[in-house]
Amino acid sequence: MNWGVLLFPGSNCAEDCFHAVDKILGKPVKYLWHKDTDLGDVDAIIIPGGFSYGDHLRPGAIAHLSPAMTAVKEFAANGGLVIGICNGFQILTESRMLPGSLLQNRGLKFLCQDQNLKVDNADTPFTSEYAAGDVVVFPIAHNEGNYYAAPDTIAEMESNGQILFRYCNPEGEVSEKTNPNGSINSIAGIINRTGNVVGMMPHPERSADSVLGLSNGKGVFVSMLKHLEAKHG
Amino acid sequence: MLKAIVTVMLKKGIFDPQGRAVQNGLDSIGFDKVKKVRIGKQLEMDLEMTDMATAEASVHDMCDKMLANPVVESYSFEIKEV
Repeated sequence: MNWGVLLFPGSNCAEDCFHAVDKILGKPVKYLWHKDTDLGDVDAIIIPGGFSYGDHLRPGAIAHLSPAMTAVKEFAANGGLVIGICNGFQILTESRMLPGSLLQNRGLKFLCQDQNLKVDNADTPFTSEYAAGDVVVFPIAHNEGNYYAAPDTIAEMESNGQILFRYCNPEGEVSEKTNPNGSINSIAGIINRTGNVVGMMPHPERSADSVLGLSNGKGVFVSMLKHLEAKHG
Repeated sequence: MLKAIVTVMLKKGIFDPQGRAVQNGLDSIGFDKVKKVRIGKQLEMDLEMTDMATAEASVHDMCDKMLANPVVESYSFEIKEV
């Protein structure tokens, strides 16, 4: 069971993602390069955070046109698990593998803080370790995390259970007061219609190792692992 | 040689926090007649092309593929001889 962490010029959370798979899950993981046209034998792909291509034009706008992204699209079309975190989420929306887009934070500030999140849908390969309604804490660190999609798209996503995480307070209440960046419906993380591609602004890899003080991000990686193990027997 | 000037704006109806901040700033120094500010970006591109129709088609293609994100942005452009 091999994992891949996709690197772009400017990715800066790749080592944390690598650590989560290598040391926390204890599974084989390798780096994939943005120029790769063949991703090799991988079962799950993590697109890490950072500032690919300096975030020029729009975050993810240049990265999503990389040769490796063509291969990632094909991998996802065949049912492969893909998770994009922070800049990885922005790359996935730019590539249209996920609906919507990430706009500048409503408050015009780069946000860097521990963030309470409510698990909205725990019935996915990425969230099965949680229960719906659980409150978890993952760090956020972004300037463009304000999720936007057209109202009909949002309605469709809501009714399909495509919202995985929402920003909330420690009690799990979701309101405009607990919404750090202006995202529609406090959306922090979403899944595609076929249930194998996820994008999220918060960083589960930064809360996956208890030595860092937060560990409930581990559940995202364990969920993915269990799904892969069940699939591959 | 042709020059293309592309303007990319957030679509109507999408809140532009930067524009609002600038509007508030203008208001605070007395320009209270400014009722709305929208901020976009402008790209100037020198094109090694001579045929206007080809250039237009090409710039459209660039905008659709990379320069603008149609989910949240609209674009317009003009092309002139230089």
